Amino acid sequence: MTNRIYADHAATAALSHTALRAMEPYFTQKYGNPSSLYGFGQQAKADLEKARADLAACLNARPEEIYFTSGGTEADNWALKGAVELMALKGKKTGHIITSAIEHHAVLHTAQYLEKQGYSVTYLPVDGHGRVDPAAVEAAIRPDTLLISIMAANNEIGTIQPVAEIGAVARAHKILFHTDAVQAVGHIPVDVQAWNADLLSLSGHKFGGPRGMGALYVKKPLRLPPLIHGGGQEKGRRSGTENVAGAVGMAAALKEAVARLPEESARLSALRDRLIAGLATLPYTRLTGHPTHRLPGIASFVFEGVEGEALLLHLDAKGICASSGSACSSASLDPSHVLLAIGLPHAIAHGSLRLSLGPDNTEADVDAILKAVPQVVEYLRAMSPVWDAQAQKPTWEL
Amino acid sequence: MLYSEKVMDHFEHPRNVGSIPDADGVGQVGNPKCGDIMKMYLKIDGNNVITDVKFQTFGCGSAIATSSMATEMIKGRTVDEAMGLTNAAVAEALDGLPAYKMHCSVLAEEAIKAALADWYAKKGEPVPECCKLPCDGDEHGCCSCG
Repeated sequence: MTNRIYADHAATAALSHTALRAMEPYFTQKYGNPSSLYGFGQQAKADLEKARADLAACLNARPEEIYFTSGGTEADNWALKGAVELMALKGKKTGHIITSAIEHHAVLHTAQYLEKQGYSVTYLPVDGHGRVDPAAVEAAIRPDTLLISIMAANNEIGTIQPVAEIGAVARAHKILFHTDAVQAVGHIPVDVQAWNADLLSLSGHKFGGPRGMGALYVKKPLRLPPLIHGGGQEKGRRSGTENVAGAVGMAAALKEAVARLPEESARLSALRDRLIAGLATLPYTRLTGHPTHRLPGIASFVFEGVEGEALLLHLDAKGICASSGSACSSASLDPSHVLLAIGLPHAIAHGSLRLSLGPDNTEADVDAILKAVPQVVEYLRAMSPVWDAQAQKPTWEL
Repeated sequence: MLYSEKVMDHFEHPRNVGSIPDADGVGQVGNPKCGDIMKMYLKIDGNNVITDVKFQTFGCGSAIATSSMATEMIKGRTVDEAMGLTNAAVAEALDGLPAYKMHCSVLAEEAIKAALADWYAKKGEPVPECCKLPCDGDEHGCCSCG
């Protein structure tokens, strides 16, 4: 379909042309193994290190603090499991972890796994806009707290967390601080120093880099035990033959995204705000997430009396790709944990829609979405037994 | 694709959507918490033939498609035939559903049974056992509870 409108950039995005061009030579020409001693391999090593330095510069980190991984999920797993293993090596064989109720499953399910291993975990609640209160983080700290892991920005509702404040709390209490910045990197300014981050996860394909590529920032002199053992790559911390093409592509994409960030985030915010102005004003509809502490590209809503999967399928038929936290759009029967955590009743959380914009979206796309979504919502409400068509309101009392 | 062509056809072009103001039997199953609610309206003549059927559904693609298919399968049939409609038959007529969507076809079967039970009750006749739902008189919070 040529007239497809892609509004699901928070799920994944196209590889940027800059990243593609940067990567191309590494598949068939500069394919040397960075571990090889001959010049052909050492050139690949130099290019890998250049990518590491470029990536580090985008985060205000040092090159030696960047470890390449297979993606955001691996980086999150490594951050949590590595941090507690490091503390265990220092004699703290059990302890407490603080995270939030709205983390990505890469963090949440890892935390639940660690609970099964005997660690105790506090899942901090969030306010109605999806924000974690730094004072609540501080109040949750116990003498045995090993790690605080709070995401920088939420993938479903776009809320940006007070990361620097939370990092400052962690620093004041000398507790390791990890932030899952998968949705933030390349979209808002990220500064590991200002954020007081000890560990930060990122994912290449969320900002125009390739899929299967991510990184974990590990503040020096912290040395995380490896998650993946083997040939000793990444200073023995993350084995496996390096994905030079991936690293080069990810670094090129991030450099470009960061260079364009002021301009592109203003452009996307304006498009996003048109979506919010046009859709959140529909009857019995609300914006989810924070009105201002919000990722530039994410507009998210709930429409009462409408089920999210049905909404997505009709939008798909109109050529619009979007996503939903509805239970029916996944194999689980519960709606998204994020929507429940911001206090939405199940019935309303089922009617969620996330539109996430990116570099390819235009004003014309927004026009088309603003035309299509109200049509579909109206159509589905008309066939819904829980929508009173005359009164234009839901029949339910929640 | 998540769904078969038939599911998509019934989802995108649902048959018999709407309500019947003077319906002889009306049944609603499901609850908003689970995200699926189906309401069936039946017109039944003196020969116990279902002469008209309409539905309203709040739910996902397969909930809408199974409602639509179920109405087609009972329209013009007798009450006895409608009582024999199973969720498996509805799912099969749609060329199958993903396993985790089978509960939608159960709701469609139950919505018809609830409407038939209402028809019997309105006539002052005892409701046949097969039209009683597991949740009747015992609302235990499952996704079929109306």
